[in-house]
Amino acid sequence: MSLRDIISPFSVWKRAAQKPWTIADPIKDRPGADNYRGFHKNDLAKCIGCGTCENICQNAAIDMVPVEGQETNMGDSGLRPRIDYGRCCWCALCVDVCPTGSLTMSNEYTWISEDADDFRFIPGADKKGWDNAEKGYKRDENFQLIDFERIPMKELGVEERSTSFIEMVKGYSKEQAIAEAERCLECGICVARCPAHMDIPEYIKAIREDDIKSAVQILYKTNPFSASCGRICTHRCEEICSLAHNGEPIAIRWLKRYILDQVTPEELTNILEDTIQSNNKKVAVIGAGPGGLSTAYYLRLLGYEITVFESNAKGGGMLRYGIPEYRLPYDQLDKDIDYITSLGIKIKYNTKISSKSEFNAIYNSHDALFISPGLWNSIPVNIIGEELPNVISGIDLLNKVTNNEEIKLGKKVAVIGGGNTAMDAARTAKRLGAEVEIYYRRRIEDMPADVEEIEEAQDEQVKFLPQTTPLELKKNGSKIKFLWGKNKMESEEGKRPKPVLIKGKTYETDIDTFIIAIGQNTDLSFLPNEIRDKIETKWNKIVVNEIGQTSVEKIFSGGDSSNNVADAVSAIADGHNAAMGIDKYLNKQEEI
Amino acid sequence: MTKISETKYPNFKANRSNFPEMENGKPVIDLDSHKFTKLWQGPQHPGVTGNMSVEITINGDEIVHAKTHVGYLHRGFEKLLERRKYIQGFTIVCRICVPEPDTNEYCYSTAVEELAGIQIPDKASWLRTLNLEMSRIASFLMWIGGQAGSLGMGVIGQWTVGMRDFWLDLFEEMTGGRIYHMYIIPGGVRKDLPDGFVTRTRDLVDRTRELLFEIKKSFLDNIITKSRLVGLGIITPDMIDEYGIVGPTAKASGKEYDVRMNNPYLKYPELDLKMITLTGGDAFTRAEIRYQEMHQSLDIITQILDKMPTEGDIQTKLTNVINWKIPAGETYVKAESTRGEHGFYVVADGSKYPRRVYNRGASYTHAISVLEKLAVNTSISDLAGLMVSLHTCPPEIER
Repeated sequence: MSLRDIISPFSVWKRAAQKPWTIADPIKDRPGADNYRGFHKNDLAKCIGCGTCENICQNAAIDMVPVEGQETNMGDSGLRPRIDYGRCCWCALCVDVCPTGSLTMSNEYTWISEDADDFRFIPGADKKGWDNAEKGYKRDENFQLIDFERIPMKELGVEERSTSFIEMVKGYSKEQAIAEAERCLECGICVARCPAHMDIPEYIKAIREDDIKSAVQILYKTNPFSASCGRICTHRCEEICSLAHNGEPIAIRWLKRYILDQVTPEELTNILEDTIQSNNKKVAVIGAGPGGLSTAYYLRLLGYEITVFESNAKGGGMLRYGIPEYRLPYDQLDKDIDYITSLGIKIKYNTKISSKSEFNAIYNSHDALFISPGLWNSIPVNIIGEELPNVISGIDLLNKVTNNEEIKLGKKVAVIGGGNTAMDAARTAKRLGAEVEIYYRRRIEDMPADVEEIEEAQDEQVKFLPQTTPLELKKNGSKIKFLWGKNKMESEEGKRPKPVLIKGKTYETDIDTFIIAIGQNTDLSFLPNEIRDKIETKWNKIVVNEIGQTSVEKIFSGGDSSNNVADAVSAIADGHNAAMGIDKYLNKQEEI
Repeated sequence: MTKISETKYPNFKANRSNFPEMENGKPVIDLDSHKFTKLWQGPQHPGVTGNMSVEITINGDEIVHAKTHVGYLHRGFEKLLERRKYIQGFTIVCRICVPEPDTNEYCYSTAVEELAGIQIPDKASWLRTLNLEMSRIASFLMWIGGQAGSLGMGVIGQWTVGMRDFWLDLFEEMTGGRIYHMYIIPGGVRKDLPDGFVTRTRDLVDRTRELLFEIKKSFLDNIITKSRLVGLGIITPDMIDEYGIVGPTAKASGKEYDVRMNNPYLKYPELDLKMITLTGGDAFTRAEIRYQEMHQSLDIITQILDKMPTEGDIQTKLTNVINWKIPAGETYVKAESTRGEHGFYVVADGSKYPRRVYNRGASYTHAISVLEKLAVNTSISDLAGLMVSLHTCPPEIER
């Protein structure tokens, strides 16, 4: 202690003359920093209501609630996050995990209300002063807490695959499948989109936990064609996957395939432990495609005696005869069908119902019928020369390949159409050694085929000629002279652009085979006239009610011949639905 | 009870009486004798750091017995963490200590990274070091306010807490939050520095240094401070290991122990920092140590700003954190907080949730065993100053 210790503290007086540090009006003069974590903002149009924010919130401050004017649709739950600021700890994990990036924070941190309930509101829907604030916490591009990148799938190289029918997709290994399953946010948006409403998050969870047994059981609750669907499903679920908004969707289809790849047919029987107690009611199924066999499967589980009538030599319908082997190997389809038939379902193959008496015999001897005849009639393009010998339909080509019939396509092939059948026909023709061109009347982006099929076809050197119209086919020795014109796209308000032929200029191409794949329709000629007249149809599709029943009480229908989507999983969904419908009809229950 | 030798510590002033009388190693306190009064200091006492109370028994103004009571802010962090996903944990651990949350974030995140086998990018490591040093400054500034306040010098606290707010402004720019930064996240950090941050930080370093010189003049070179703190609460070197005393409190008694130098982590090996020790062992020496450590931290911040790369990743890409499982294992991660060694022991059992998260803060020993011992024979008016000189943070005791 010294004299300095006595004098030196008086230096504090120096400060008396200084200006205070306190800001008079902090809210105005000093707003929150650029990335301040203040009140939330939510872009309602971008938000899909996936609930990942609710899931990650460790304070349970977020509830997903319906919002007035926000409609539920495919890929949008219609719910929006409501935040309770009595619980929120402003950690912004909800912002970091938001897969669409709709949820952000403003730099606003002061707000006064007399009512404590006001501090629980839906950002975006309940208008607040900071809704348009530019500053505030946002997730940086290079900062990720969820995984936007898909585990790549091993595929055959382009050269190898375009010359053989070996399955091109190799499937996931266990490590890959688990890693891919770990990306799932478990939001369940996909379940509503899947026509069969498969419990996708649950089976993905089972993969994550390496519990193949539960995974298989979950799959079979809604889909007895999982081995096939795991390969060729149109996977609408992936289009709306919440990860697809800013990254790559979960490979839901490949994960489904992975599950079935892990079990042998014997294991399948042991895992599912389906036991049948017959109820002595008889149901006939016409058409052993995915729709018909799904109905058969779910009815059989309920104890019905099922007989399936199939005109082809094997079951599977379009899955076998309409889809090339490089996408769906026959042994995988057999795995699905064998399990279904192992439950005591009788299938009469090579049985085409061609007479009235045959149909009536079936009609009278069964309690109910399910008809799923499929789409086997190719729609013609209606041009001169269509009757020439080297003109075949896409579906015929695929059918012949499946049946190992001899096919001579020649060197150069033109495929007309832009759907999946056109792609399958074109890629099959390519594998048979032809040079293939696809002619489609609209633009490539308008093609109804799956994007990946289009891309794969392009990789395989299939040439695309969009905005073209076939005009005429002329015989030119053993070849065909194919005349075609170009289209321009005319946009009409509220409708998709329409192709209009540019007149005056005609192009010529010498081809060997002309393949028509612009669509197929149903052949109902197996039905006796009096029944066919009674069955209501619209745009060549059988009209059914919500339980799959046609206008003839005893006849139910589903699959490509009745739904407009015409894909395998919709047929399976129809089959499941009709099975429940038939059960309800035969038991006259009020509720299924 | 052993008496502190007066020859070795001439300023020691606690040897005032013979109370308490000892019998079988325990003080004899007969409340019915009317010689004693029981008092509760806290939990609402302004001299108490946080919600903690000291039950004292006095004879006249002399404390003859002290007992620390906690339980006023038990929030169950360790239990909460067992029911939270790994990623959710970092938003909770910061709340364990309000004035210095970042050490908790760092230890927790690093423990999770170690268990998950994650390496963080170089830039993230620099940003973490910067964040931790800034946090030390903010915490020490708050402490000076408390120490001066406990001696009745409220104005010092106004300056330092005001200056701390400027540091919080920087935290706000850097992390998006003023108090709970939630910046150090498993995998790296959340944001890169905003534009102009480095310049503003250098500027604030200079301003803080200026303030520290003023504080030296008005608070440390002050006859009142010296007469109150010199000789108060002497910690002898043999107590350090016995009680587990760490940080500036130990360094003031000559112990050369600082996690940043003894077990270097983050970018500390690349920085120039020296161990600061003094031998006084009393409250005033502890204040001096902390004063010097503040200068040291300001110096470290300048070094970091000089050496830190401007470009680089701030995060190692994680798997989807919602399904993040961490292989079974256990680890202990420690760092130097302003109060001393601060550690997290985390056990993973292979699931999405930690099996056990244990937090070891310096305050547990400082505020319970050490304070209870040092308080005996001091004056009741010195208790608040003594407590602050140990720099306790009660939430650390009650995780």
